[in-house]
Amino acid sequence: MKAIKSLGLACLALAISASMMQSCNGSGTGSGTDSTANKPGDDNTILGAGSTFDNPLFSKMFSEYNKTNGLKVNYQSIGSGGGIQQLTSKTVDFGASDAPLNGKQDSALSSPVIHIPVTAGAVVLSYNLPEVKDTLNITPDVLSQIFLGEITKWNDPKIAAINKGVKLPATAILVAHRSDGSGTTAIFTSYLDKVSEEWHTKVGKGGSVNWPIGLGGKGNEGVAGSVKQTPGAIGYVELAYAVQNNMPFAKMQNKAGNYIIPSIASVTAAANITIPADAKVSLTNTEATDGYPISGFSWVLVYKEQKYDNHSADKATKMIKLIQWMLHDGQQFSAPLNYAPLSPAAVAVGDAQLKTVTYDGKPVLQ
Amino acid sequence: MESTANSDLITRPDSMLGRVISSAKIRDAVKGIKRIKRSHRQIRTENVFKRSLTIIALLTVVLVFGIMLTLIWQSMMSIKTSGLGFLWGKTWDPVRDIFGTYPFMLGTLLTSFLALFISIPFSFAVGIFLGEYYPKGWVSNLLKNTVELIAAVPSVIYGFWGLAVLVPIVRSFESLIGVAPVGLGIFTSSLILSVMIIPYAASLGRSMIQMVPSNLKEAAYSLGATRWEVIRSVILPYTKSGLFAGILLSLGRALGETMAVTMVIGNTSLIPHSIFAPGNTMASVIANEFTEADHPVYLSALIELGLVLFLVTVVINMIGKRLIKRFTTD
Repeated sequence: MKAIKSLGLACLALAISASMMQSCNGSGTGSGTDSTANKPGDDNTILGAGSTFDNPLFSKMFSEYNKTNGLKVNYQSIGSGGGIQQLTSKTVDFGASDAPLNGKQDSALSSPVIHIPVTAGAVVLSYNLPEVKDTLNITPDVLSQIFLGEITKWNDPKIAAINKGVKLPATAILVAHRSDGSGTTAIFTSYLDKVSEEWHTKVGKGGSVNWPIGLGGKGNEGVAGSVKQTPGAIGYVELAYAVQNNMPFAKMQNKAGNYIIPSIASVTAAANITIPADAKVSLTNTEATDGYPISGFSWVLVYKEQKYDNHSADKATKMIKLIQWMLHDGQQFSAPLNYAPLSPAAVAVGDAQLKTVTYDGKPVLQ
Repeated sequence: MESTANSDLITRPDSMLGRVISSAKIRDAVKGIKRIKRSHRQIRTENVFKRSLTIIALLTVVLVFGIMLTLIWQSMMSIKTSGLGFLWGKTWDPVRDIFGTYPFMLGTLLTSFLALFISIPFSFAVGIFLGEYYPKGWVSNLLKNTVELIAAVPSVIYGFWGLAVLVPIVRSFESLIGVAPVGLGIFTSSLILSVMIIPYAASLGRSMIQMVPSNLKEAAYSLGATRWEVIRSVILPYTKSGLFAGILLSLGRALGETMAVTMVIGNTSLIPHSIFAPGNTMASVIANEFTEADHPVYLSALIELGLVLFLVTVVINMIGKRLIKRFTTD
C-alpha cells in the first residue's frame, strides 16, 4: 500500500515537473515561431549592460533613437565589471565600461571585443572650507600627498604655495572616497597612479583600492554627504554630480602646468589627443594644454565578429547602426546632461573601430 | 445515517427482534465499508499532507546546505590563494590581490555586540512594560505597534536617517569628548543597529513574560512581594531562556545588517583603534565591492567573505543555543 502511494506521489511530482517543462518548452517554441513569423519582433530589442555612469545619457539616447528608428534597447546599469562579465558570457549584445578591458578580462573572452568611445566624464575634487571663497588650486603632487595622508592640514605650506592670497584655515583634512567599486574610482586612482610614484608603489589603480586614509561613502551621494557635512573634508565625485548639486570644486594643474576648471569643454579638450586605433586610451594626465587632467572615456564594448550563438545579421546591423548614431547625432544629448561630447579625434577612432565589425567575416557597415 | 445509527443503538440490545438485527447487521456492514473508504481517504490526505510537509521542510534544509556548498565551491579559488591568512590578514588590497578579513571581522563583531549591549536595556524594558505592567489597553497597543514598526522600516531609511541626523549629533558629541570629529564610524553604526534590533528581543520578551503562569506570580504576591520583587525573582528567572533567545535573534539581525551600516560606518579597511573610529563590516564590504569585482580572484575572495560571515553567524547561533539549554536546565 505504502509503496503504491509513494509511487503515486512520485508520479504526481513527475507529472508536475513534466508539465512545467512542457510549459517552458511551449513558451520557448512559441516565441521562436513568433520571431520567425515576425522577424523584427525578436531582433528589434537589443540588450546591454554595464556602467552606471552612462545610464542617464544612455536612457536619453535610446529613447530618442527609439522615436525615430523604433529600436528597443534594454540597458541594465549594473556596473562596468558586471557589464563586462555579461558580455563575456554572451547574455547581452553590448557592454559599457568606464575602464578598458584589462588583461585578465581580455583573456576570459572567447573572441576579440572592440572598444568604442561614446562619451567622456571627469572626476572633480570637491571640498568643504566655509572660510575660503576662492576656487582652490591643486597640483598633482599635493593631491597625491593629501590622499596618502602626508598633508593633514589645510594651511600646509605646500597648499599655501600654490594658492597665494588665499587665507587657508588650520582645519584638519578629512579625505572622503568611494567605498563601492566604481569607474569613478578607477579614473581617479589611475590618475594618481600616473602622477605619483609613491601612490603607484603603495596603492595602485583599480575600481576599489586599499585606501591609506579616509572615509568611504557609498556612491557619489555618500562621498558628497561626507564632504558637505564635515568642514575640512575633500572628496572626489563625478563632474555631472557635482554640477547638479552645486558643489564647489578645485582647479587641477594639468601636465602642461595650467590650472584647469573641470567643465564639459575642458573634458572634451582633454580627449582631443592622438587616440590609438583600438581606442583603449586613458585620458588621465592628458597632454592637451587646455584639458582637465582627471578625465576618462566611457566605452561601448561589442564583439568584433558578430556571428555567435544565434545572433542574427539583422540584429548586428541594427546595433552597429545604433552605436554609429550615438557617435554622431547622439552626441547632442551629452552636454545638457553634463556629459562631455566626444572630441573629433575620438569620433574618428570610434568610426574606424565600427568599420572593423564583421558578421560571418563580412563587414557589417558597408 | 444519523437515524440508522440511532436505530442501531436501540435495536442492538433488543436481541428478540432478529429481523431488525439482521437488517441492522447489513446496514452496519455497509456503513463499515463506507467508514473504511472514508478513513482510507482520510489516511491518504493525512499522508500526502505529512509527506508534503516533510518535502518542504527538507527543501529548506537542502537550500541552506546548498547555499553553503555554493559559497564553498565559489570561494575555492580564494581559499587556495589566500589560505588561512584570509582570516587574520590585516590588509584588504584588491589591486594586489591580498585579501585579509581581520579588520572586517572585527568591525562586524564590534558593531553587533556594541549594538546588542545598547539595545538590551530598551528591549527588556519594553518587554517587561508590555508583558507585565500594561498588557492591555490603548497605551500598550500603541507602544506594541510602534515597536513592531521599528522592525518594518526598511534599513536604507535608517541609513539615511543616520547620515542626516545621527552623524551630526555624534560628530558634536565626539568633538565634546575630544576625539576626531568624524561622525561616521563604529559607534554610529552601533547606535543605528541598536535601534533596529530592539523589536526582536522586545516582542519575544513580551510574549514570554505574558506566558508566566499567574499562580506563580500570585503566590509571590501573596507572600508579600512587591511588583519589582516579583519581576526580579519570579518573572525574569522563569523567562530567561526566552529572553536570551530574543537577544540571539537580535544579534543575528545585527550581524547581517548591511545597508544602514554601510552608510554610516565610514567604510575603511584600516583596523579600528577605538569605537569612534571608522571601520567596515563583512556585509558592507560585500555590498560595496561585489558589483565591480573585476577579476576572478577578487570575486572569489568576496564570496569567501560571505562564507566566513555565514560561518560566524552559525557559530554564534550554536553557542547561543548551548547557552539557552544550560539556562533552562539550571
